[in-house]
Amino acid sequence: MSEDVQLSNVSMDFGKFRAVDRVDITIKAGEFFSFLGPSGCGKTTILRMISGFIDPTQGDVLIGGRSMRGIRPNMRPTVLIFQNLALFPLMTVWENISFGLSVRGADKATQRAKADELLRLVDLPDAAEKAIIQLSGGQKQRVAIARALAVEPKVMLLDEPLSALDLKLRQHMRSELRAIQKRTNVTFIYITHDQGEALAMSDRVGVMSNGVLQQVGTPQEIYNHPVNAFVASFVGENNVFPGRVIAAENGFGQIETEFGKFNARLGPGVNLGTTAKLYVRPERSSLAPTPTPGGNELPVEVMELTFEGNFINVLTRDDRGFLHMVQLQNDPGEKPLALGSKLRLSFQPADGVVLGEAQARSLA
Amino acid sequence: MRDILRRYGSTLTCFIVTLPAFWLLALVVLPYMILFEYSLKPMLPVDQLGGPNDVYGIGNYLTFFTSPIHIRIFFLTVFFSSVVTVICLVLSYPLAFFLAKVAKPHNVPTLFMILLIPLWVSEILRSFAWFVVLSFHGPLNALLGGIGVIADPVRWISGFNGVMIGLVYTYVLFMLFPIYNAIQALDSHQIEAAEDLGAPAWRIHWRVVIPHSKPGIASGCVMVFMLSAGSIIVPSLLASPGSRWFTEIVQQWMFEAQDWNTGSAYAFLLLVLCTVFVTLMMRLFKVRLADIAK
Amino acid sequence: MDARALSRLLIKVYVGIFLVYMLAPLIVMGVAALNNSRFPSVYPWAGFTDRWFVDLWNDDRMLHAASNTVFIALAVVAISIPIGTAAAILINSVQGRFRSFLYGVMVAPILTPGAVIGISTLLFWNNFDVPAGLHLSTLGQCSFISAYVMLLVLARLQTFDPALEEAALDLGASNAQVMRRIMIPHLYPAIGAGALIAFFQSAENFNITLFTKGNSDTLTVYVGSKVRSGITPTINALALMLIALTVIGAITYEVLRRRAERHERELTEQKERDEVMATQPMTVRTASATASGS
Repeated sequence: MSEDVQLSNVSMDFGKFRAVDRVDITIKAGEFFSFLGPSGCGKTTILRMISGFIDPTQGDVLIGGRSMRGIRPNMRPTVLIFQNLALFPLMTVWENISFGLSVRGADKATQRAKADELLRLVDLPDAAEKAIIQLSGGQKQRVAIARALAVEPKVMLLDEPLSALDLKLRQHMRSELRAIQKRTNVTFIYITHDQGEALAMSDRVGVMSNGVLQQVGTPQEIYNHPVNAFVASFVGENNVFPGRVIAAENGFGQIETEFGKFNARLGPGVNLGTTAKLYVRPERSSLAPTPTPGGNELPVEVMELTFEGNFINVLTRDDRGFLHMVQLQNDPGEKPLALGSKLRLSFQPADGVVLGEAQARSLA
Repeated sequence: MRDILRRYGSTLTCFIVTLPAFWLLALVVLPYMILFEYSLKPMLPVDQLGGPNDVYGIGNYLTFFTSPIHIRIFFLTVFFSSVVTVICLVLSYPLAFFLAKVAKPHNVPTLFMILLIPLWVSEILRSFAWFVVLSFHGPLNALLGGIGVIADPVRWISGFNGVMIGLVYTYVLFMLFPIYNAIQALDSHQIEAAEDLGAPAWRIHWRVVIPHSKPGIASGCVMVFMLSAGSIIVPSLLASPGSRWFTEIVQQWMFEAQDWNTGSAYAFLLLVLCTVFVTLMMRLFKVRLADIAK
Repeated sequence: MDARALSRLLIKVYVGIFLVYMLAPLIVMGVAALNNSRFPSVYPWAGFTDRWFVDLWNDDRMLHAASNTVFIALAVVAISIPIGTAAAILINSVQGRFRSFLYGVMVAPILTPGAVIGISTLLFWNNFDVPAGLHLSTLGQCSFISAYVMLLVLARLQTFDPALEEAALDLGASNAQVMRRIMIPHLYPAIGAGALIAFFQSAENFNITLFTKGNSDTLTVYVGSKVRSGITPTINALALMLIALTVIGAITYEVLRRRAERHERELTEQKERDEVMATQPMTVRTASATASGS
């Protein structure tokens, strides 16, 4: 209960447009939680509701059990890290960091001490007197985080902070952010459209689409057990086979597709007769020269091999002309596959899941 | 309104709203309305105010419309102000184009500084400068006589010439800067593209540069015309017998006759003239009021 | 010489002539202050003298008028800066038709003849039994100078990132603190420029001041009346001083500007060097760090 962030059936309408649809979730104190979804899915709106720049049209935001309705951003125990960082250009680095303290009346010495302490935390020990325009992208990121930490918030809100950085820096900052979160034990609420980021950093992930929270779970749960078509396709790669469920028992069933009949797990809400799609991950698929008994399989021809170092992506094509991806571990001992070889793509029933459509947005 | 309250809080919103409100009401709108009201009342001695003679009427305006001299002066003012506007336009356009597109970018601020010096020196000194130059025994005559262009000194300040020369010099910079701003916003690549396609220089100006700088031209014309028609010091300083300016009449009513009512009527006519001119420019160049800003 | 080079030469010649046209009369006027001739002129030259400066210094009325002018100008700055800034913030916070309408009303005083503003101010405050005088001149001038301030601040406001306001709020600042520590500092350049422009526009204003000053003297009106009654080169002496002041001001500004530009360039180059260093592998960085002795 202490300082948990709770979104209680929260909806946000802009006129007739419902940007956030009945989102209900409790983010635990000290958790690293990510909202993951494409642009326009409502995650930024959620962040602005938690930070206090807008109030929900319906429902309530509670922090530590207290309703935040009507409480302005400067009164909430949250700090928002903006996408463009919003560092104050006319102040030096240390003045930026200690801004939160100075508006609370702290004296200069205290401010400077705190700024120095935080600069050491974010690994920028010599940057105190620099001007903002002298900083590189990664340095600005860290100053923004230091500035937020200076006011000792209970909740840190991050709005796609890494999207403007280049690849190497992004990967470096991922682990930095995670480390800082663990060290300070502040609740991090992170929004991003990059599934790799969300999976790598978070304790739990909430996948959103069209204002609706589609699934909440640990990164493993999201990846291995997606609950609907949207989550499955947004996170990770898939081979997709649309069809209709013709048999169902105990969470397993059979789906009839134009590629044949396949046995697989059934996702939530998928029953006999449902029109749905079968999802199989490339790394859970295999290629064999001869038919395997009992498994699901599909005759394919090898079109292209992409060597990625630790694994090989094999692009195959079936008799109907559709493309399917298989990901194989790189085994130096094995003979490489020949282009054009005719093989059978197969997967275990437990490695395939039949899923229904995503939950749609309701009207305002 | 609610957004402002939300963004700034109640105390600040109070300031943000009341200060401009005071300005616009007490310093702009209401005074103009009072001006109009005064113009519709006859001039009365203090003891007759509020009495039976204190009625609205267009008597003051009739004073103007029944005075051939005043009407003549009004139209001469309009005519010569328009001439001054055109001259300023012709003089400024090449310079504006030069500053915006031809000159090297790091020279431009320096050139601007030099051009701004006459502006800072103030209107009255600008007109006085020409008074000195054009005087009968002055340097211009001396120079021209010295190099043999003229035999006898010329009386430059005759008719409206002196006034026109003075007005052009005093206000030409108000035409230059808006046009400069407008041309500056034009993407140089458009000009280069036109050159590339083989268009001659005059065509490029007529079809590419001028249309783009219409807001600037309109803005400049409005400013110069307004300043010229409403100018007091230049026409009085560089006056010659026969070159009375409309503002002189306004002054006479206000100061010599102490007739504030007729004076305000004449002032209101001046306001109407300028409003008509602004509207005309806006129609002609198809620009909105928002474009006419520095 | 081909057509292109010829036209470039012509335009440069034109610019040169224009600059001479702008500055020559001022030079003539200034030099006349040193000529020992009762009537301001440079020809015939009767010998160097500084007696006009002495006369100027002894002209008590002139000094009194000058102090009045400065007094009004400071008051105008003090009033129009808050009004103009508030107006700019207000306009920036509203949209659509209301914004265009408000903008039109705010810009109107700039396009109105000074005589009209002066007379309407006089009449309006006369209603409240406020007599003509320096304070009335202040109010009249504020009506259009506030608009200039508003335009300058508004332009600067457009470059303000609203996320900065939100970030400051989010970090715990009150609305007043956000305004004081984030927004106003961003506006300083515009406020500074506005104050400067307000001061000079007020000091050189003639038309409005003429109608509103009552019995007080201001510099421009006093000079105007002197010029029409009995001219002596004391006016030229005054002009020369003002010109000299302006030129010194312009040169100072230019020097400061160039210095700021150079400093900015150095900072950017240093940053670029830092960024290149940051992407080098660790060994290179430490090697060069020890090499440069840091």
